[in-house]
Amino acid sequence: MSGDLIFLMFILMLAVFLGLELISKVPATLHTPLMSGSNAISGITLVGALLAAGAADNTPLSIGLGTAAVTLATINVVGGYLVTQRMLGMFKKKRGGRQ
Amino acid sequence: MSVYIQLAYLLAAFLFALGLKLMSSPETARWGNLASAGAMFLTVVVTLLHTEVVEYQWILLGVLVGSAIGSLAATRLQLTEMPELVALFNGFGGGASLLVGWEAYHRQPVQDPLGAVTILLAVVIGGVTFSGSLVAWGKLKEIGWRSFRLSRPLLFPGQQSINFLLLAFLCLGGVVYGLDSPESQTLFLVLMALAFLLGVMVVAPIGGADMPVVISLLNSYSGLAACAAGFVIFNNILIVAGALVGASGLILTNIMCKAMNRSLTNVLFSGFGAAAGKTRKGTGGDPRPISAKDAYFILEAARSVVFVPGYGLAVAQAQHGVMELGELLEDNGCEVRYAVHPVAGRMPGHMNVLLAEANVSYDLLVEMEDVNPTMETVDVCVVIGANDVVNPAARDDSESPIYGMPIIEVDRARVVIVLKRSMAAGFAGIENPLFYKDNTRMLFGDAKSSLHSVLGEFK
Repeated sequence: MSGDLIFLMFILMLAVFLGLELISKVPATLHTPLMSGSNAISGITLVGALLAAGAADNTPLSIGLGTAAVTLATINVVGGYLVTQRMLGMFKKKRGGRQ
Repeated sequence: MSVYIQLAYLLAAFLFALGLKLMSSPETARWGNLASAGAMFLTVVVTLLHTEVVEYQWILLGVLVGSAIGSLAATRLQLTEMPELVALFNGFGGGASLLVGWEAYHRQPVQDPLGAVTILLAVVIGGVTFSGSLVAWGKLKEIGWRSFRLSRPLLFPGQQSINFLLLAFLCLGGVVYGLDSPESQTLFLVLMALAFLLGVMVVAPIGGADMPVVISLLNSYSGLAACAAGFVIFNNILIVAGALVGASGLILTNIMCKAMNRSLTNVLFSGFGAAAGKTRKGTGGDPRPISAKDAYFILEAARSVVFVPGYGLAVAQAQHGVMELGELLEDNGCEVRYAVHPVAGRMPGHMNVLLAEANVSYDLLVEMEDVNPTMETVDVCVVIGANDVVNPAARDDSESPIYGMPIIEVDRARVVIVLKRSMAAGFAGIENPLFYKDNTRMLFGDAKSSLHSVLGEFK
């Protein structure tokens, strides 16, 4: 068990560094889409919610908590990606430029 | 867990990282978002194939309800409501992590210390994110009752000691809980309630103009909450994705703090807007009001114009007017740019999104560091609804509360036209000497109607 934990901590450390490197290259113009996009990624907790809501022999409380978690995480994921795509669709460069 | 699921998670982790990488340019950013969404879809689908997932009816219910609400909110809301929406979505992410932790506790109350601590971390970070984001949402939404305005900093004596006590109690309770992991739910529920309270207390004292920092920080927390949930269920994709989000929020927080020349602790604990009561009278002289016609003559003769938008632009919904004016000026042979301060507006990049919505070409949006060195060659700077981010006191007056904050140095342009409702001070109550400078002209009135009057003169 603790071996697994150490392994996950390695992943965590490398992922944090990767994130810092990648995100420091995002231009200020895209900070809002970056934020709403990464916000959608944080809905990844949906995986945990699915495992909780879908488990066998759940008590009513487990079902309630799991279903609520699935709902909240889905709002986060679906809404987050859609709104990011909508925003990014507005960032246009005029072709040829005006006179 | 089967090896196929793990391989799919590996692919998803790659796509999440690729998605962020593609966000480094507006040309590829849409593909980045699609890659990220694809990674999420892949992760969800393979998770449903997991052998532990046997009951599908509740999942179906949650996914349907969540998708309906999420897609409605994302497609129907006005883009000016974006800061509120981001805050709300963020809170939901944190709330979901809290619920995952709570469910894990309910399933198996007695844990080894490590398990207990990871569950508690998911619940506490998730709880702080949830309640903090809701307060932030209320502040952005300008919720209020009679004279009470949530968007104002909420300060009271002893606030910091209370916050400190809360935090200390949370840590202490966490240690007790981790060592003992009692079957009784009381301690667990008390700690959860304290996390909610802490989220409220941390965000309540923060003023409207500091929201970019808070939103970024809460964004970071929601990632950390997902990370903690990943440790609870021993799932590597949660940890990778959560860490990416945590890092993203951290970088944005740092950029926002730097752009205000303040430390994070200062933003979180000082309640800037309420504390800065000391105002100094301007550098003397009277402001020089002009009419829309005068503004037209100045702009018509200009060869180079820089627009500097602030939160007032969003409030007045004046972005389309700015774009129209910009296009007319370009047709007139003038070089037009839009200079955006990192903390202008209520969230990072707020002004860029507004201008993009109005069809302003993104290559005309320039950052503070790039525009300042060229200021002397600019004929006219048009300041729309921005105040503190163009206040020369931040550069010249060592007694000013915002001294040292980097600003867009519009006062170095030949002429500055300031669109402003009245002479009232900015959010921080700081007098702005810019309005009294010889090269500054004030065009009073609502930004949208002022712009339309100027546009009328052009046509």
